[in-house]
Amino acid sequence: MLENSIGPVPLQAYLIVAAFLFCTGVWGLINSRNAVRVLMSIELMLNAVNINLMSFSSYIDGSIIRGQVFSIFVITVAAAEAAVGLAILLSLYRNRVTIDMESFNLLKW
Amino acid sequence: MTIAYSTELICFLILSAVIVSGSLAVVLLENIVYSAFLLGGVFMAVAGLYLLLNASFVAAAQILVYVGAVNVLILFAIMLVNKKEKLKPIEGLVTRKLLSGGICGGLLILLLRVSITTKWNLPGPTSIGEEATDRIGEHLFTDYLLPFELASILLLMAMIGAIVLARRDISSTEDEVKNLKNQKSLIEKKIPLLSENSLK
Repeated sequence: MLENSIGPVPLQAYLIVAAFLFCTGVWGLINSRNAVRVLMSIELMLNAVNINLMSFSSYIDGSIIRGQVFSIFVITVAAAEAAVGLAILLSLYRNRVTIDMESFNLLKW
Repeated sequence: MTIAYSTELICFLILSAVIVSGSLAVVLLENIVYSAFLLGGVFMAVAGLYLLLNASFVAAAQILVYVGAVNVLILFAIMLVNKKEKLKPIEGLVTRKLLSGGICGGLLILLLRVSITTKWNLPGPTSIGEEATDRIGEHLFTDYLLPFELASILLLMAMIGAIVLARRDISSTEDEVKNLKNQKSLIEKKIPLLSENSLK
């Protein structure tokens, strides 16, 4: 039975993994109080998007692989975002001597 | 073909188990150093998924950029701000966690429903192999040339911005700096984010 039903891994499996990764990232983004963990959650979400792009590129786009080019751009933007985000975090820490997200409320009304 | 398919399936199951458990651990663990190392593991597993999807170049780029650069950068940031601090309790934290957990679970169910019930018009996975790298190069220098150049400008801006933001502006005199016993007192002086001196 198994030998007949087995085939290549379906596209839905990749989409499910990516959806789970994205939702974990969203939860971490909302609930983390450590600012570094917020940046980590953003990276998780970007990775979920990348998995989606890559799986669609492989399953639907055939040999044109535009999705791979897009995911390379996403990786580039993620690297820039991580660098700037951590630099902002360092200067925040220097000014406030804390990394608790709840204490960064200067721009709140 | 059956052996190839079952090998692919087993690899996919292992990698997705690593991704799911690793991402949960990244979000939930108390110690942030463990989270950072597990994040590296999640990135490696995602690179493995890319290999399963016949994208060796992007898998290599993923390992180089994410594990080699972003994860190391996060570890450095953790080491630079590694202060054990007691987070002061805020009211309604449990309610907030439950509420956001419910919202994220709903989002997950929505995404799962969309991805399962949609009839994808699939030609099936294409094994493009090593030709993918050539194809990506052609794309980057023909129809995606403008985004490619914009990405280089973005990286330059990010580099300069990171240097400007993370630089320590020492507006005090040299004697003061010599007298300071450690960096702690420099931190306590609360030097502003962008002082007038930094713009000169």
